[in-house]
Amino acid sequence: MSEFVSTTITKFTSVFSAIAFFFIVLGILFALAGRANGKKARPIALVIFLAPSLVLLLAGLIIPGIRTILFSFMNPDSNDWVGFDNYTWMLEDPNVKTIMVNTILWILVVPIFTAALGLLLAIMLDRIKHESIPKSLLFMPMAISFVGASIIFKFVYEFRDPGEVQIGLLSAIVEFLGGTPKDWMLSKPLNTFLLMIIYVWTQMGFGMVILSAAIKAVPADIVEASALDGAHGWRLFRNITFPMIKGTFIVVLATGVVGALKVFDIVRTMTGGNFSTNVLANEMYSQVFVQFDQGKGSALAVILFLLLTPILIYNIRSLRMERSHS
Amino acid sequence: MKRKALAALVGAAALSLVASLVTTTSASAAVNCDPYSGYKMMKGKTVTIFTSILEPELTTLNTAMSDFQACTGIKIKIEGSNQFEALLPVRVKGGNAPDLAWIPQPGLLAKLVETGKVVPAPASVVKNVDKYWSKSWKAYGTVKGKFYAAPFGSNMKSLVWYSPKQFAKNGYKVPSTFPEMLALADSMAAKGQIAFCGGLGSGGATGWPATDWVEQVVLRDHGSAVYNGWVDHSIKFSDPRIVSSMEKVASWMQNPKWVGNVKGIATTSFQDAGKGIPDGKCMMLQQASFYGNIIAESGASISPTGDAFAFYLPATNSKVTVPVVGGGEFTTAFSKRPEVVAVQTYLSSATFATSRVQLDNWISANSGVPLAAYKNPVDKLSATYLANPKSTFGFDASDLMPAAVGAGSMWREFTAWFGEGKSIADVVKAIDASWPKS
Amino acid sequence: MSNLKIASHNPGRKLFSSKIATVVVWVTTVIWTIPTLGLFVTSFKADKEILNEPWWVSLFNPNFTLSSYKGVFFGDSSESLSNGVLPYFINSIVITLPATVFPIVIATMAAYALAWIRFRGSDFIFFFIFALQIVPLQMALIPLLLLFTGGAHIGSVTIFPALGIAGDFAGIWLPHTMFALPLAIYLLHNFIASLPRDLMEAAHVDGANHFKVFRMIVLPLSIPGIAAIAIFQFMWVWNDLLVALTFASGTEEVAPINSKLASLVGQYGSGKALFITQRPLKVIHQ
Repeated sequence: MSEFVSTTITKFTSVFSAIAFFFIVLGILFALAGRANGKKARPIALVIFLAPSLVLLLAGLIIPGIRTILFSFMNPDSNDWVGFDNYTWMLEDPNVKTIMVNTILWILVVPIFTAALGLLLAIMLDRIKHESIPKSLLFMPMAISFVGASIIFKFVYEFRDPGEVQIGLLSAIVEFLGGTPKDWMLSKPLNTFLLMIIYVWTQMGFGMVILSAAIKAVPADIVEASALDGAHGWRLFRNITFPMIKGTFIVVLATGVVGALKVFDIVRTMTGGNFSTNVLANEMYSQVFVQFDQGKGSALAVILFLLLTPILIYNIRSLRMERSHS
Repeated sequence: MKRKALAALVGAAALSLVASLVTTTSASAAVNCDPYSGYKMMKGKTVTIFTSILEPELTTLNTAMSDFQACTGIKIKIEGSNQFEALLPVRVKGGNAPDLAWIPQPGLLAKLVETGKVVPAPASVVKNVDKYWSKSWKAYGTVKGKFYAAPFGSNMKSLVWYSPKQFAKNGYKVPSTFPEMLALADSMAAKGQIAFCGGLGSGGATGWPATDWVEQVVLRDHGSAVYNGWVDHSIKFSDPRIVSSMEKVASWMQNPKWVGNVKGIATTSFQDAGKGIPDGKCMMLQQASFYGNIIAESGASISPTGDAFAFYLPATNSKVTVPVVGGGEFTTAFSKRPEVVAVQTYLSSATFATSRVQLDNWISANSGVPLAAYKNPVDKLSATYLANPKSTFGFDASDLMPAAVGAGSMWREFTAWFGEGKSIADVVKAIDASWPKS
Repeated sequence: MSNLKIASHNPGRKLFSSKIATVVVWVTTVIWTIPTLGLFVTSFKADKEILNEPWWVSLFNPNFTLSSYKGVFFGDSSESLSNGVLPYFINSIVITLPATVFPIVIATMAAYALAWIRFRGSDFIFFFIFALQIVPLQMALIPLLLLFTGGAHIGSVTIFPALGIAGDFAGIWLPHTMFALPLAIYLLHNFIASLPRDLMEAAHVDGANHFKVFRMIVLPLSIPGIAAIAIFQFMWVWNDLLVALTFASGTEEVAPINSKLASLVGQYGSGKALFITQRPLKVIHQ
């Protein structure tokens, strides 16, 4: 046990010294750079604020991103060029069509549901007493990994042959209501939506918390002024509140889209991508890590990236507009 | 750090005290170092091993190796992960390779050899393997004519799990031929029992149990030559012989009379599939030797008269003698430091295999292990078939095929075959199309 | 923000009556909590009963066991668990704290620069960083690991030294920091950009430089945003498996509790192992 205590102390010492070191370096940099004045002050400040992020992003994401694009034109072992073979494979393989349809469903349905439900609850939470209790409980699933959430939902979607005792909650409810439970994971296209529920269940709390903070930050005088002008209920919300939290709502939507595009653990744990539930991110994971085909995996990653571009463009435009107003 | 280690330390200190007072003989009474006299003392050296084997197996492995570690001073650190297959290539390519890894797929071994990071087997290991293993086992650890990885553990897949208690209660006899087994299933069905259970669910690897069923029947129907041709794709999935074997699997494991809800097999996890055997919820399950551990989790006893046991899946064709499908891991080295070579050599020796076998739940195809060393009756049964010189052995075909098929289309299509009623013709067409071109 | 009166009443008032709101919120909360409750109950059930009896039936027919918790918390005879999960739990804290602090601070700095030290191309950089969110983590593992173990060279010139931190805690902090930046910068930028302009300008008129403005105005006012993102990042790192297992290993020295529990699933049943991971988080976020 004593060895355990000493290694624990060493571990914590390394954590706190690392954090302290980090802040000391920053402090020294800030102090030194703060002395610069005149023309040089701005560029120096820019470099100090921005360079750490850019260097880390370069090593951690940009270079791997470029590598991925290059690999998508190469063979499984990434040692020979194959032109567009990996992309034509996607056009020809019938499984990829299902994957594309499902992925698009995910990025359409999941963010809208997550954000809308989060917004609705955020508004309502503001109206009730003891809001911190339901807020915490609604946020709790955020603390559970996707794999964990999937295991939890196995106890919801579990199906037994009719006649046996249903240990899955959904099957039991359907049976209780007089219906006949089905093998949910086999029921197309319902199964894909059932998987989406798991994602919404875990992620809704994040949007709710952020939107709730945004609603609370809306200045009271603006609301009061428009209430005096006769704006009530829905109109007040649409004309005053929503425009003021629109930025936050878009953030929640955008992170929802990115999350829905990248999540693969749920599909992997629940169905392994079978029964027409597969999505791009899961197929990419399978290609790279299970079937060892870097080429196809990378090509799928590039498509994943391309699917994000419309949202990117929308974001750029809305931010441009915001900036031109101010 | 560890209470056990502390106890060992205190014990060792006490022993050395006694030893210095009396003579040296009492010290060796604790650990007999004679079998390890061939290894140099390398105190303070550590060898890391990465594996897909998880607890509680890891502890048993460590116990089996404890004498070796005590006598050579080498500390062996084993890390088990259920993400092994995904992580090992990443770590190897990224330069963070372990010293040794136990790889269950010869196909993955070949992939890793291509990276140039795998070290060929040292002479001492080659000597052991030539002495203790058959040529075919050595071949699975060989890539392009060069021998890399010595076989480690084995598992025997040609078993059918059943409950001796339930069989006794119903007056059933263990079948010795394939038609007998199906006739038994008929009489079970007549009593309203589910004759065969099955489950394909296994997360990202969903579908693998079905590949086992097809492998069993292909080897049983057609023998080694066809089986090996099937593995290297000189015989396609669409070949009438493979198709006829798949039809046989369909008439067996997709027969609603015997299995109940066929589609449910696709969504049942393979672990849950056989949990009803002790209670008679279903009567038989074709699964590998390791499955006893899973059944035993709920407290069932595994013995020829207990809650669960296994019988040999009978042959289907008299021309194919004692067909056995099996699998195993291969000790692969990424370093040639002397202590790594020492551990590698030790792991390929009969000394290790015997000491591991004695601790239960382990099978080795190492011929230096006496059958009497097996305590677990299932392991003994499995070892009998693996060691039988008349056996027609087939290594798990999906582990030998290219990963795009063996860990890709085969899993996916077989799952669709069970779960979505996809026709055999469509299944074989899709798998053949997915076979890598080069 | 003293010049702004924060709404004391809900601006969406009268959109819903408070009674309806109370009912809807509580019903949703109950529905939201049921799956977790199911897991919680399951974790106390004997292995055999999990598959035979629905958990809501067990709730009224209690026959619970603590056996699985005992093994997990206080250790059992197995080699890697002789101290229970405590060492792994400590590792998780050791990994998570810096992996939350570092990216948040660095991202706040970048977000400030992009929002308030405007320059030509700052929009472009901002959107580029946003777009980087979609680079799949899995694709970055091998090149990053190569960088840590071998460094980067052009010809014989070393442009990035081999850090030799693979297998160390630092080898887990750094990738987490990198992968967290795009989302953190994106969210914080939105937050920081909406801070009142007059406040900044007034500070600059008073002679404060960017560093002072950052420390005295931006950081304090951004605390709500930073807190939200810190929670998000904390949970992401806490639940991560892939990064920790790739850059370190699954041994008692460095592995986080999550990786240990993943490998315990076979031994103790998934429900039990899983529940333990969430418990600390519930304490933290409340």
